[in-house]
Amino acid sequence: MTTTATIRMARTEDPTPNTFWARLGSAFAMFRNAKSITGLAILGFFVLIAIFADVLAPFSPTQVDNTARFQPPSAEHWLGTTHIGEDVLSQVIFGTRGVIVVGFLAAILATVIAIVVGVVSGYVRGWKSEGLSALTNVFLVIPGLPLIIIVASMFEEPPLVLIAAVLGITGWAWGARVLRAQTMSLRNRDFIQAARANGEPLRRIITVEMLPNLMALIAASFVGTVTAAILGLTTLSYIGVIPVNTYNWGTILNWASAQGAFRQNQWWWYLPPGLCIAAIGVALSLINFGIDEYVNPRLRSAGERARAMKKKGLNVNDAVTVVRSVEVPATRREARE
Amino acid sequence: MTTLEFDSVTKVYHVRGAGQMKALDDVSFTLSSGQTIGLVGQSGSGKSTIAKILTQLETPTSGEIRLDGTPIPRRGKGLRDYRQQLRMVFQDPFASLNPYHSIRHHVERPLRLDNVVPKKEVEDEVRRLLDRVRLDPDSVIDRRPHELSGGQRQRVAIARALASRPRLLVADEPVSMLDVSIRMGVLNLLADLQREEGLGVLYITHDLATARHFSDEILVLNQGKVVESGTADDVILRPQNPYTQELRAASPDPESHFASAPGLSGGAR
Amino acid sequence: MTAVEPQLPVETPDALEVGTTATTAVKGRSRIPWRFLGSRALFYLFTLWAAITINFFLPRLMKGDAVDQYLARNRNVTPEAADALRALLGIDTDKSIWQQYIDYWGLMLRGDLGVSLLHGLRPVGEVISGALPWTVGLVGFATIISFLIGTIGGAVIGWRRGSRSEVMIPITTFLSTIPYFWLGLLAIALFSVNLKWFPIGKAYGVGYSPEFTPEFIGQVIHHGTLPAVTIIIASLGGWMLGMRNMMLTVLDEDYITVAQAKGMPNSRVLWRYAARNAVLPQIQSFALSIGFIVGGTIVMEMVFSYPGVGKLLLDATNGKDYALMQGVFLVITLSVLVANILADIAYAFLDPRTRQTEA
Repeated sequence: MTTTATIRMARTEDPTPNTFWARLGSAFAMFRNAKSITGLAILGFFVLIAIFADVLAPFSPTQVDNTARFQPPSAEHWLGTTHIGEDVLSQVIFGTRGVIVVGFLAAILATVIAIVVGVVSGYVRGWKSEGLSALTNVFLVIPGLPLIIIVASMFEEPPLVLIAAVLGITGWAWGARVLRAQTMSLRNRDFIQAARANGEPLRRIITVEMLPNLMALIAASFVGTVTAAILGLTTLSYIGVIPVNTYNWGTILNWASAQGAFRQNQWWWYLPPGLCIAAIGVALSLINFGIDEYVNPRLRSAGERARAMKKKGLNVNDAVTVVRSVEVPATRREARE
Repeated sequence: MTTLEFDSVTKVYHVRGAGQMKALDDVSFTLSSGQTIGLVGQSGSGKSTIAKILTQLETPTSGEIRLDGTPIPRRGKGLRDYRQQLRMVFQDPFASLNPYHSIRHHVERPLRLDNVVPKKEVEDEVRRLLDRVRLDPDSVIDRRPHELSGGQRQRVAIARALASRPRLLVADEPVSMLDVSIRMGVLNLLADLQREEGLGVLYITHDLATARHFSDEILVLNQGKVVESGTADDVILRPQNPYTQELRAASPDPESHFASAPGLSGGAR
Repeated sequence: MTAVEPQLPVETPDALEVGTTATTAVKGRSRIPWRFLGSRALFYLFTLWAAITINFFLPRLMKGDAVDQYLARNRNVTPEAADALRALLGIDTDKSIWQQYIDYWGLMLRGDLGVSLLHGLRPVGEVISGALPWTVGLVGFATIISFLIGTIGGAVIGWRRGSRSEVMIPITTFLSTIPYFWLGLLAIALFSVNLKWFPIGKAYGVGYSPEFTPEFIGQVIHHGTLPAVTIIIASLGGWMLGMRNMMLTVLDEDYITVAQAKGMPNSRVLWRYAARNAVLPQIQSFALSIGFIVGGTIVMEMVFSYPGVGKLLLDATNGKDYALMQGVFLVITLSVLVANILADIAYAFLDPRTRQTEA
């Protein structure tokens, strides 16, 4: 009896149509998991608040009301009042603007620099590459916060754009380093060699062939920089280096701390701004987790595999897999006789 | 007829921390259109270096490469013209296509870069090329590389290589990463294309059997030096150089008796 | 204290670029990777030069009047100190920039950082060395503890993938994304003001001076517990996540399967094979995070009024004591460089591949 084998074409789903929306959708595939979507939703919530602050806030953040000082939350003031009767809720709502604007501006600046320095230094060879890498490492090693403190203290009233610029300039090095390493590894891949051998011009190789493959890294780096910029801004505001005429969550905490809110248990004043910072931080981290799992599928499947095995009574770390039963087809047994 | 002369080429690499490494040592051969030359050698013998030098991804330390008698220019229009004449099929079907782009993009790019056909006809030409490599254009053209099998990807790579209508083709171990059962299909395709288009093919491989089957002449490379060359039958059946003889002895021969092989007689009777 | 950085696939260090298919394996003869250390030393010298040069330009970028009035406001400065301040800050002088630069280097090499106006005209170097041990002691201690707990915890969580211990990851990550200063303030509000377990700030009680008595050391520990614990909690997440991700990647490798198939006990596979390889990028990221740790220490010292270099910098900034600002920035940068060098040395000895490129 002969055994026959039929080789079938692997059944694949219909190819993704070549429409604009389909391609856009697959470009953002890294965001299509539960973690990223949750993170994006929370982030979107804060962005909306920032945009519609005028409409949403019940009071002006600087509206002083000396009859209602240090008040705990009430029907009129959902989050209570400050030491001079300002509405905390309104301050938090308006504070969202500074945070979002500075965070994104700084991250855009830092990411653009990181892409230019990182990809170029990864693609070229020799002393140009080493030189850019050394520059990146210098920016990486020199401590950022002390530098920002000193620079910010030189100005009386630094505008938001300047703060964003300084945060961006001190924050691009990490992304550049990562992009350089990835570009160097991409550069030796065959499809890049094929493009070079076909005579593709350099700018097309970098923009059309390499950049799409770097998208996940760039996105992760961008998100990480937004987080760092927001934390940096609020920390600097709390310290007082950034003057308190701009409203962001850090300055609110600065006032709260200066007025002894922490010592007097005025939790409605100091909890909400901090929780907002934490919430945005969590949202951005979730987005990054989602991107991590997209880039490194091992992270995604490791836990699932272990849980699936556990259901069958197996431990993923066992060295020996128990074989339950073996079926030997009748034909084979005959052949052995 | 197009002739490529690889003349006394030496290539030395500088390795950080380990000094110098001579990848090629005074290698010479001539490739003409209408002919297949097999380049045989083990890993590290310098085969891929020759491929890289031919496609101008590396430059020789010494020696010259001439196309139809004139040395290959390093830049400018001359280099572009040369690049159009010689194309390469890479070894790894999983790495030679950009995972982000569709098959259409891959076959289209060379057509657009070299203005092979007018813009209106590019789509038709892409389909024609895919058909020539025996792929169904409709089911493949919009897919991404990861949706295709290894054999299909390699056919796409061949279509891409043929797009600019080159006279010469370098195939760097085109089937060594494919399933054994589909290797002959792809190699037969290459042979048919070579015959129909009159291409000159440099077939780089470590597999003696297919080298003999598909090549007119064979070069044997050992540690960067050509140790033997001649017609395919001469080199394989009557090897002069001890290295070639070793290579031949190491290839499994299905015609020899099992019993004569030591250590196997104690097995199943 | 750090934002959770993206946990990306690890890249090979620069020292390992080998661009060809070498057919012979080169056996390393010496145990000390001189080449690797040599190129790193070159880099650090360059960074040191860059830091000192930045330091040189910082006060010169500030608004002219503020700096010029500096000396005018303080008449009690000795002539030598005044000269040093002029050279450091670039005030009141007709010398060219290049000449100022050379004078500045002269001061640096002599270790003269000027005098501090906020601290009674004591030399800046002396002021800083009074504060430095507090910072290095507390932050160094807390960081090492956090690194150890996070790395070991991450290794165990990675090993037990899919188990309930996975829940530690989101918890510690959340704690990392909370702004550190807020965490510190909350800790004070809860533990110092309400529960009264710990004092509110400072390194030791008011009215005491540093001495090596058990009583004083007890005070130091009492005062330092809250800051140290908050640092540990805030930075734990980053280490744990990084180590756990590396473990998952390493455990997928074939040599782990081989080790298990050989019958090696699980604890040995976990610690001597998997963790040992997964920890290498951790050390690299430790080196890189030193810069961020320094930033975090400034915040911590402000929140807890801890007398370290961070608080020194903040006081100097508020009090416009430019010489002190310059000096502290320099010392902070130098500390970061030294820490990076130590981490590089540790990495060079732990990763056999760096040793292998020596032939």
